[in-house]
Amino acid sequence: MTTQSLPARTDAPARTPAVKAGGRGGRRLLRQRAGRQHHAGPLAYVLLAIMAILSIFPLYWTMVAASTDNTRVSQTPPPFLPGPNLFSNLARAWDEAAMGKAMINSLIVAGVIALSTVLFATLAGFAFAKLRFKGRNALLMLVIGTMMVPPQLAVVPLFMMMADLGWSQQLPAVIFPTLVSAVGVFFMRQYLTEALPDELVEAGRVDGAHSLRIFWSIVLPIARPAMAVLFMITFVHAWNDFFWPFVVLDMTNPTVPVALTQLSAGYVRDQSLIMAGALLGTLPLLAMFVVFGRQIVSGIMAGAVKG
Amino acid sequence: MATSTTKALTGDEPPRPTPRTGGESTARRRGALWHRLDIKGAPYAFVAPFFIVFAAFSFYPLIYTSWISLHDVELATLDVMEWVAFDNYVELWGDSRFWNALQNTITIGVISTVPQLMMALGMAHLLNYRMRASLFFRVASLVPYATSVAAAALVFTMIFERDFGMINWALGSVGIDPVDWEADKWPAQVAISTIVIWRWTGYNALLYLAAMQAIPADRYEAASLDGASRWQQFIHVTVPGIRSTIVFTIVLSTIGATQLFGEPLIFGQGPNGVTGGADNQYQTLGLLLYEEGWKNYQMGRSATVAWAMFMLLVLVFVVQRVVKRLRSRTS
Repeated sequence: MTTQSLPARTDAPARTPAVKAGGRGGRRLLRQRAGRQHHAGPLAYVLLAIMAILSIFPLYWTMVAASTDNTRVSQTPPPFLPGPNLFSNLARAWDEAAMGKAMINSLIVAGVIALSTVLFATLAGFAFAKLRFKGRNALLMLVIGTMMVPPQLAVVPLFMMMADLGWSQQLPAVIFPTLVSAVGVFFMRQYLTEALPDELVEAGRVDGAHSLRIFWSIVLPIARPAMAVLFMITFVHAWNDFFWPFVVLDMTNPTVPVALTQLSAGYVRDQSLIMAGALLGTLPLLAMFVVFGRQIVSGIMAGAVKG
Repeated sequence: MATSTTKALTGDEPPRPTPRTGGESTARRRGALWHRLDIKGAPYAFVAPFFIVFAAFSFYPLIYTSWISLHDVELATLDVMEWVAFDNYVELWGDSRFWNALQNTITIGVISTVPQLMMALGMAHLLNYRMRASLFFRVASLVPYATSVAAAALVFTMIFERDFGMINWALGSVGIDPVDWEADKWPAQVAISTIVIWRWTGYNALLYLAAMQAIPADRYEAASLDGASRWQQFIHVTVPGIRSTIVFTIVLSTIGATQLFGEPLIFGQGPNGVTGGADNQYQTLGLLLYEEGWKNYQMGRSATVAWAMFMLLVLVFVVQRVVKRLRSRTS
């Protein structure tokens, strides 16, 4: 067993690291790679393939159901291969089920939330990682503590507040409460603690740059990969957020998940239309995962190590 | 790197106040004052946005929830609050729907969390092997995470459909009678848990994988020198090595489980959704909160349910702490 695992361990660091956005130093990388000792056997591949199929199949079948018609979906055995109606069903979902408006609304909501979360998380993360100030640790503990507060508890007063502000059924009601995220602050702090050398900040100070300038010219360029990852993860969460948008928005102005509930609530259920809507609402995120899957995976893993 | 950045800095803007004749000392003093203010104040300014938004939209509402729960407030007249002291709590205590929802929240929470985290552990172990296409497997395991609750619940509602759903068709092909996954209590709870498990297993697996890769190799070396099998290494090196991540995922899953809302709502489809089935067979506390507030128009009672959920969470963590204490004392 030892002889088997040793060569694997020594050649492990030679492989190019898949994780780039994690911003780890070479030594840390080496240590990380070292944990992965054995080559996968056939059994591991089979099990992983089964898991991949289980993960992907429901979405594949969404596509299948969205490409047939209602009578075919309601027959046994269920269809397993795509039919001819995919684009006509998607077009119907876009027009009839308010999915078009919902997609645009979700794009605005998720885009604004992700941008502001990234900006404020980087600012706060930089302060917590590299600036000295009284009460820093206590405030950081407070940030972490806020992660433990479930948002549902605040929903009744929040609803009243939005009614007072005249924001009921409006997008700002969804955007404002989620402009910041504790997870984001913590994530950026972890990243900047390691990726941003103290000397760079010091050098900026010696040159007389004020804090905002240091943030702009030194921190932002270094933080960029982590910011991109945080943007995508926040975007996914905001796009999929359900409870609060469902409470405060209505069908005249929905986000994607809210519009999807309406699809299933009709008395005549058109199954392939429902599946077309579900597919349409998921496609933007799937596209993002196909293109940036590597970065998203590494981001989630980088945020986890000390989480 | 360092020099180029500082050069860029000085190139953009002369950072030191340029000496001027006459007012030089006041300018310098003002500069020094400005600098002190920047050093002292900037960190607070940088962390302020987070705390301001959190205070306004999370902390203040959280506290205000408890105040509302002591009142009668109707959805149509939100500004009319009638003081009723602890009446809402007394009524909730005597309400069988509350105990039913509490029980469902706990059972669905257990059915969805325990298998989810165990499977995630196994999956992380597999992903930790050196292999081809490892990136593909990792991204594939995250695909459910990219799917919204709404979309996932809609698909699984169809897969679990009684008459033409895939699960019953598959069961039928091996001679098992069709199961009514919606109307019967336990099948419904299993089906709802399946949605939760599907969405979150891969995500948790990646968290475990990250922690596993941080375990120093020499621990495995030492274990294998001691003659430990791979299974023993997994139990005695891997699992203890990622303990803090396991605790973290348990905390996250517990919070998620107490708040379960979208899955049972959409699984119940429209009219029955908020009640969690015709007999409330899968109504969770989240659904009860919504039903009281936005279907029965009783915001005060809704806030009471929210506060009960919070107490449930606190209770779970207190129990967990006590169990941990007792365990460490006995071992």
